[in-house]
Amino acid sequence: MNPAAAKPTIHTRKKMSRQTRQIVSTAGALLILAIVFTIANPNFISSMNILNILKQATPIIIIAIGQTFVLITSGIDLSIGSVIACSGIVAAICMRAGLPVWLSMTGGLLFGAGVGALNGVLIVYGKLPAFIATMGTMTTIRGLALFLTQGIPIGSLPKTFTQIGTQRNWLLNVPNQVWIMFILALIFGFILAKTKVGRYTYAMGSNYEATRLSGVNVNRTLIIVYTISAFLAAWAGMIMTANVISAAPTAGDGYELDAVASSVIGGASTLGGEGIVPGTVLGALVIATLRNGLNLSGASPFIQKMIIGIVIIGAVFIDRFRRTD
Amino acid sequence: MGDFLAELIDISKSFPGVKALDHVNFDLKAGEVHALVGENGSGKSTLMKILSGVYTKDEGKIIVNGQEVEFQNPRQAQDKGICIIHQELNLCRHLSIAENIYLGREPNRSFLVNQKKQIEDARKILKRLDVDLDPTTRVSELTVSKQQMVEIGKAISTNAKIIIMDEPTSALTIKEIDELFKIIHVLKQEGHGIIYISHRLDELASVADRVTVIRDGQHIITMDYKDTTQENIIRYMVGRELKEKFPRIKTHIGETIFEVKNLTAGKAVKNVSFQVREGEILGIAGLMGAGRTETVRAIFGADKKESGKLFLHGEEIHIHKPVDAIEAGVFCVPEDRKRDGLCISMPVYQNATLPNMEKVTVNGIVNTKKEIAIAEEMIEELTIKTPTVSQTVKNLSGGNQQKVVVGKWLVKPAHVILFDEPTRGIDVGAKVDIYNLMNDLKEKGIGVAFVSSELPEILGMADRIVVMCEGRVTAELDASEASQEVIMQYATQYM
Ligand SMILES: Nc1ncnc2c1ncn2[C@@H]1O[C@H](COP(=O)(O)OP(=O)(O)OP(=O)(O)O)[C@@H](O)[C@H]1O
Ligand SMILES: [Mg+2]
Repeated sequence: MNPAAAKPTIHTRKKMSRQTRQIVSTAGALLILAIVFTIANPNFISSMNILNILKQATPIIIIAIGQTFVLITSGIDLSIGSVIACSGIVAAICMRAGLPVWLSMTGGLLFGAGVGALNGVLIVYGKLPAFIATMGTMTTIRGLALFLTQGIPIGSLPKTFTQIGTQRNWLLNVPNQVWIMFILALIFGFILAKTKVGRYTYAMGSNYEATRLSGVNVNRTLIIVYTISAFLAAWAGMIMTANVISAAPTAGDGYELDAVASSVIGGASTLGGEGIVPGTVLGALVIATLRNGLNLSGASPFIQKMIIGIVIIGAVFIDRFRRTD
Repeated sequence: MGDFLAELIDISKSFPGVKALDHVNFDLKAGEVHALVGENGSGKSTLMKILSGVYTKDEGKIIVNGQEVEFQNPRQAQDKGICIIHQELNLCRHLSIAENIYLGREPNRSFLVNQKKQIEDARKILKRLDVDLDPTTRVSELTVSKQQMVEIGKAISTNAKIIIMDEPTSALTIKEIDELFKIIHVLKQEGHGIIYISHRLDELASVADRVTVIRDGQHIITMDYKDTTQENIIRYMVGRELKEKFPRIKTHIGETIFEVKNLTAGKAVKNVSFQVREGEILGIAGLMGAGRTETVRAIFGADKKESGKLFLHGEEIHIHKPVDAIEAGVFCVPEDRKRDGLCISMPVYQNATLPNMEKVTVNGIVNTKKEIAIAEEMIEELTIKTPTVSQTVKNLSGGNQQKVVVGKWLVKPAHVILFDEPTRGIDVGAKVDIYNLMNDLKEKGIGVAFVSSELPEILGMADRIVVMCEGRVTAELDASEASQEVIMQYATQYM
């Protein structure tokens, strides 16, 4: 007789350990990087530089969280780079037209969410593959950004707005944007891990048909997921615009791939069904740390690109290996 | 001893929290069919996966053709002439039949695949199985039963000396089962050895030479089939006497709960009408491909309906998608658990609550404690064998997965439950559990209809039987007037 089989127990040990393992291993990688770079250049570990890394990582972390939602459904969102630029531009135009800062930001964020909802509708009702739908909006929205600005960045934004970027906060002396990122990560981490929408997100990625036949409103959930992704991209757009005090039509170019890379390093699978927000946050930090550390140690930008590419492949490879074990 | 094709000696295997096999012995001679039986989760599939190189053993010896072997992967087992038809279908849905049959063994002309030869060879195999299919058809277009035939074709095409069949018939039609048995006889004569796993014990009479029973990962007995009886086998399997195979209960037949009127959907459902009444179980019989699954799916809103009306307690209801059906209290337990029933990479408890989220959420926030409580109740009620409720469903045995598919619909109140092949892959004892469960529902006044390809089950449990053929209802019979012959006659009416 097999006592374990005879009496089921309530421990959720196995699942906890798997997610914790993911977090621990990504955090471990981060730690090793930090040690290596500190040895190479002690300046790396200065609080100044750490803040720098956090600041550089902030927009990527925010969009990567959204991308994680999308990847879990086994989709992909290529439009977020363009959404970053265009939502910043929408907000900037509003501000230049004299609207209050909060209203302008709301405008930019709603614009982003709207693009996300459009992606969702194209995928759900237009029955387009996510790759194609979001590639289409990626190009369209980038074009819109260029058209709205005629290719010239929009500057002279009000100070109350640019404060959300680099200005240090009384709390721990950390820039506002880092706090914004932190709060967004908490909120969306909670949504993914603890709410119905989050559960449905995983379920759709695990088996779309079984989820639909279980009575889940899969259409609505998919639209919500793409809306979340673009909404977060719009937040990144606000922060990046505030950072450089101008809204550039070329902002965020190629960021969608950084978002995918962060998610994947943090344990998300492009095949769907897997991924967690803490993992993704750490994954984005790994990439930001690599960039920063390689810079500090004077590596050429070309080499940097190569190394980051290799790290992405390596991380996923190690993960696969561990999982099949 | 020299005439053994394969011997498994003292094999043990553990998974986290489960000792799946505990010093099991098993052997296979040339020219015999050796049946392997046991309850769900007893370790049959695990043992066969060890013999075919899918899993590695923890302990014990594998001897093939007198030589001790260590398989690290399925390829090595294939090279030794061992081939397995898995319980769960493993075909590439986007490839054609021919491509699937020869996957990994494509006939080469230098390095291009010789398409013509591949298709021709596949055609021969299909012919041998008497399956009327074009080898260039995509697998995704095939029914489960045809896919199963492709799996079998794939296995016999390898010319393996040892062929393992893990529940090959659970999705086959009667005709296809006959074909399979003929092929098994030929293979036997040619000196192949076949290991045959099935929960349909009456099949063993037609094929088995020897039977081995395992229970809870332990070898119980190996005997010659001719020296034993089905009752005997069942007793060894479940460790107790099984009172009744079909625990039918009589209740008062009441009003019509659910009515389907002139339903037409797709190519497979033509003008189907039937009723489900209070206090009865309706059986939907027919051959595979008769349109029964399509009927159920169309009712449930999984597929589009062309025309037809549905009535619940006399009032017309409109179902366009599964959500509508579920809101109306019309549930459907699907036929293909892997494709339609389970999120295989998620834990048991999350599968259990997927259609029941309203029970475990407040303002959209999930209460995991409640989820686990619901899942534990389900595990208890259906005796699902799993180390914990958070075990990934993928790691359950086939029969236990099936119980999860059924169980997840028993949590919320229903008016009608449509079961599509509810006992597929379930052991004899657990079948009775499912029947009792249908009886409970019937007593509670819930409408119960079930599709089944197993005639004994239809005859044993249904109070009324609807027979379908080629998408139409060809007969509606009272249990008292039904028999295998009558049902078969109506099931083949248009053929
Ligand atoms: N990959 C795995 N990881 C963890 N546990 C597993 C795994 N595969 C099987 N098990 C467990 O091992 C036991 C034996 O499973 P197995 O699939 O061999 O049963 P079976 O006899 O084939 O049952 P069925 O008749 O339901 O198919 C079960 O308790 C099952 O949960
Ligand atoms: Mg099995």
